Parts: sequence; C-alpha cells; structure tokens
Amino acid sequence: MRLSNGAETAAISAAALLATLVLFGGFVALHGLNPFQVYGVLYLGAFGTWFSLQQTLTQAAPVMLTALCTALPARAGLLVIGGEGALVVGGVATVLVGVALAGAPPPLAIALMCLGGALAGGLWIGAAGALRQFRGVNETISTLLLNYIAIAVMNHLVTGPIRDFAQVLKPASWSIGEAFMLGEIPGTSIHWGLALGVVACLAAWVLMRHTTFGFGVDILGGNVRAARMAGLPIARMVLLTCFLGGGAAGLAGAIEIVAVHGFASSSLAVGFGYAGILVAFLSRQNPLAVVFIAVLLGGISASGGLVQRRFGLPDAATLVLQGTLFVVVLASNTLYGRLRAARVA
Amino acid sequence: MSEVGWWGVLIAVVGGAIRVSTPYLFVSLGETLTEKSGRVNLGLEGTLVMGAMSGYAVAHLTGSPWLGVLVAGMAGATFGLAHGAICNLPRVNDIAVGIALFLLGTGLAFHLGKPFIEPSAPRLPHFALGAWSASPQVRAALEINALFVVGLVLAPLLLWGLRNTRWGLVVRTVGDNSDAARALGYSAEQVRAMATMAGGFLAGVGGSFLSLYYPGTWNEGLSSGQGLMAIALVIFARWNPMHCFWVSLLFGGATALGPALQSIGITTHYYLLNAAPYALTLVLLVWSSSTRHTLVGAPSELRISR
Repeated sequence: MRLSNGAETAAISAAALLATLVLFGGFVALHGLNPFQVYGVLYLGAFGTWFSLQQTLTQAAPVMLTALCTALPARAGLLVIGGEGALVVGGVATVLVGVALAGAPPPLAIALMCLGGALAGGLWIGAAGALRQFRGVNETISTLLLNYIAIAVMNHLVTGPIRDFAQVLKPASWSIGEAFMLGEIPGTSIHWGLALGVVACLAAWVLMRHTTFGFGVDILGGNVRAARMAGLPIARMVLLTCFLGGGAAGLAGAIEIVAVHGFASSSLAVGFGYAGILVAFLSRQNPLAVVFIAVLLGGISASGGLVQRRFGLPDAATLVLQGTLFVVVLASNTLYGRLRAARVA
Repeated sequence: MSEVGWWGVLIAVVGGAIRVSTPYLFVSLGETLTEKSGRVNLGLEGTLVMGAMSGYAVAHLTGSPWLGVLVAGMAGATFGLAHGAICNLPRVNDIAVGIALFLLGTGLAFHLGKPFIEPSAPRLPHFALGAWSASPQVRAALEINALFVVGLVLAPLLLWGLRNTRWGLVVRTVGDNSDAARALGYSAEQVRAMATMAGGFLAGVGGSFLSLYYPGTWNEGLSSGQGLMAIALVIFARWNPMHCFWVSLLFGGATALGPALQSIGITTHYYLLNAAPYALTLVLLVWSSSTRHTLVGAPSELRISR
C-alpha cells in the first residue's frame, strides 16, 4: 500500500525534525548541557508565554514574505536566494516614496509605500529572472551577488545622499515620520505586517494551486521540455514568478520600514532574507506551509537570546540548529516514494 | 590629487590583488575540481569561514600557523565529504545542500569560534620581495605570502593533473558523462564525493589565509562572500585552473580598490566601491553566459551551467 501524499510528507517531516533534535541535542550535550532542558527553554522562549509568542510572530512576519521570494520561482524550477537583497531594496524604495509623499493622507501614503517597496523588490529579482531567461545567467549566483550589491548601495545611500545627520547611533536614512507608521494589531504588540504576510502567502497559495497560471508553472518546474511542448509561455512564467517573489521580499522591506524602523539602516539586512530560503525549503515551496514554518523558525530566532542567557551558549547556537535542520530536511528528500519499500523490507 | 597619490593607489591595488586574491584562488581551484566531477558545492563560503575559525584556533593553541592551515583544510574536507555524501543520495539537490551547509558552516564557526575572537595567533610567513625599495608602499605591496606561492604552484599542477593523469581523466569523465564512467567501472558517486572533499580541503585552506595572514585575525565579519564569488569566478574562468589564477588576481584588485582609494583620502564612494567585486562578478557572468550554446569547458553533467 502506498502512503497518501499528505501522510508521506507528514511522516518524513516528522522524521527529519526528530533527527534534527537528536543531532542538535548531541551537539548541546557536548557542551555538558542537558538537551531536554535546552529544548524546554527553547520552547519557553518561542511559544511559552504571551510575550514570547508575540516576539515569535513579529519575527515570522518578514520571513513569510522573504520565503515566497524563494518559493514562487522554485515552483518554476528556479533557485532564487536573493530575498535579502530584495528586502533591502524594497526598504530603501519605501523610504524614498515615504519622504516624497510627506504631508499626504497616511493611509494612502502607507499603501503607496508598500507598493513602492514591493515594486522595487519585484524588479530587482525580476531582473535576475530576465538574465536567466534571456542570457542564461545562473539565477542562484546572480541573486546572491545582488544581495551584496543591494546592501552596498544601501550603505552608500544612508552614509551620503539620503543620510539623516540627526541619527547619531549609526548611519541611517531620512525618517518617514511618525504619522506614516503602521500600527499594531489591537491588544498585542504585533504589527500589522504579520497580517500582510499571511495574506500574501494565502494569495500565493491560491495563485499556485487554483489558477491555470499556477498549474502551468508547476509543469514548467517539473519538466521544461513538457512545458515547451505544451506551448506554455515560459519566459512570462519565469519573469512573473521572479517578479512576484521579489515583490513579496520587497514588501517585507517595506513592512520593516513602516512598521518597525521608520528609516533605512543596516538594521534592514539582519538575515530575514536568508531565513526565508530555509523556510521555503522546509515548506517544500508550498506557500501555505510557509506561514507555519515561518512561525516555527521565528520561534527559534526569538528564543536565541533566552537560550544564550540561561545556558551561556553563543547566540550562533540557533544558527547551528537552523543549519542542521536545513541539511537534514534536504537529505530527507531522498525518502520520498521509498517509504513503502521500507515497510515491505 | 597629486601624482604620487595615484601611484600609491596603483601600487596598493597591485599589492592588494596579490594579498586578497589568495582565498579566491584556493576556493576557485577547489570548486573547479568539484565542478569538473559534475557537482556544484555552493557551501564553500561556510567552509571558508569554518577553515578560518579552525585554523586560527589551532594556530593559537599550538603556536604553529602551518598546523592551523592543515586543520583548516581537514575541517574543509569534512564539510566537503558531508556535501558529497548527502548529494549521493538520490533526489537530493546539490545546490540546495550547498546553501544549507553554507548556513551550517557559518553557524558552527561562529558558535565554536566565540572563545577565539580575543586571543592572538601567530601569522603565516611571507617573502619580502620589495626589500630593495625605499618606499614603504612598495615594500608592503610586494610582501608575497607563502600560501599565495602554494596556490601559484597548485594552479598549473591541477591543470596538468586534470589533463594528463588517470585520475584527472576519471574526474572529467564522471563530470561529462557519468554513464560512460559507470560503464568503465568507476562509481560516479564515489568520484564526486572525493572531488568535493578535495575541493572542501582547498576552500578550508583558503579560509585559514583570512584568519592567519590577511586580515590576520578571527571575527564573525571576516569573510564577505569571497567563497561565493569564487564559485561565480569558476564559471568565468571556464573551469580552467590557470584562468582561475588570473581571475583571482583581478578580483583581488577589485576588492582592494575601495580601501586603496580611501587610503589617499577619497572616501566619498567608499561603500559603493565595496560593491565593485560583486558588480564585476555579475558583469563577467552576464558577459560570459549564453542561452544559445554551452560554455566551453563546462562539464556537461553540471547543473549550474545549463
């Protein structure tokens, strides 16, 4: 008997998670710590209290969007890892739009800022898609380079052309102003960016799952030759999935500006883009799963500080945990379609 | 700007090219070997950082920088072997595993390297070829580090080995047509795992250069993507080890441009110049890619050059 797709995914994911916990537990034990205690504190710091849960959800919001930057092009067979750069570009564009609109009605301004950020991110990754489609440039490497270029350009702008010299702690851009800030969800300390992230993931899921476009993209991702034979508009699909993915990451940058910082600075490039790659792969490029996995990963990041204080582990420990999880989950891909064989044996 | 100033920039860029190119050179040689076997290891950035950390730690603990280089290489080989072994499983994507190992390597290095951020370690030796000059800039530029010399020997050796030896032929056969290699009785998986392991060793050695010579210390901001750029560089170098050498020099010069200009007081575009090596990589990549024909020298089993 063959397992259903859902059951197979669930079983393999659970096995991968368990293997990760065992591996990382061993790593922690090497430090002379009790793994169960560490996991207990990890849970407490991630989901255990109302405060930590809010922290986790706030961390998860941008990661949901940057995950789409990898997940959407991946459905068309592209491996894009430029979420970090698209987020940064989107954030800078958001500030520029916000400053240009000074004095406009806030709801309109916020909407336009988000749109501007998304557009900038979309064009950024869309360009990588175009280079891939029309010039054969490997999109993995080009988007990775674009990350570094985006950060350098931002550093250039915030230390010169758009620097606000009133900001003394570190070089930062002009501020969009208090009036243009997006508020928090009533009764919580979570900003509305979380809602935007969830809505974007749902929209991406509907697009990929319930439209002819999404179906065509899946064919392209599965077999380029079949897509070509079927006469699908391959170039348009590649460009559009890249544009939408980049747009999502750009929106993440916009949210970081309008809901968290209010200005652009090196605080934009803190790894949300790279976390998004991990989330996309753990979700097997499924936009709906992205929502939940982003919360899980957000929890790991949010609890890093607590684990560090309680056990004296370096904060990079959460990075080790994420890396281990990533490697194990990729390796577990080999199990798909083989569970039945394992049962018989 | 005075004439002396511009000469200073030129000398600094040449010196920087020699100094900064070494990690590019080692990583790109390693990646060339790996890719010749038909696989991409995108995790070499993590391997580089891991090599930097372990090399520095061992040099600090034992007082021997060369022992540090060796251990860095061994740490790199371990990561390479992990990549090779995981990718030998069916239905596992080598590029994705590379990204995962990039994350894991960086995380492990930061985690284990925490205690070594403060203490100092002995540096690797260099040859002072500029001793004849009275100018301190020239002397500094012509300090040729020992690992650069090793790389200089290694590049033609690898080229010769890939072209003229039995194992070179085996690696190339596996990379161009794994079925043919299997028919000849060679296991493509085994050859690829070995090639990735050797590539990881070289990347680890490249990392030890960062912590043991230039900049010559260990901290978490040590590498700024050299391991990644080196992979793009391999494509531009057309999988030829000697081309890797020249392109590494070019990249080293591009990286040194920003600091060189800053040293003579041009600081206005400092951050923008920091993007120079990345932008250069991208431009070269766009220039050397094509949708119409496969790249010369590209192993046909390679996922990245389709």
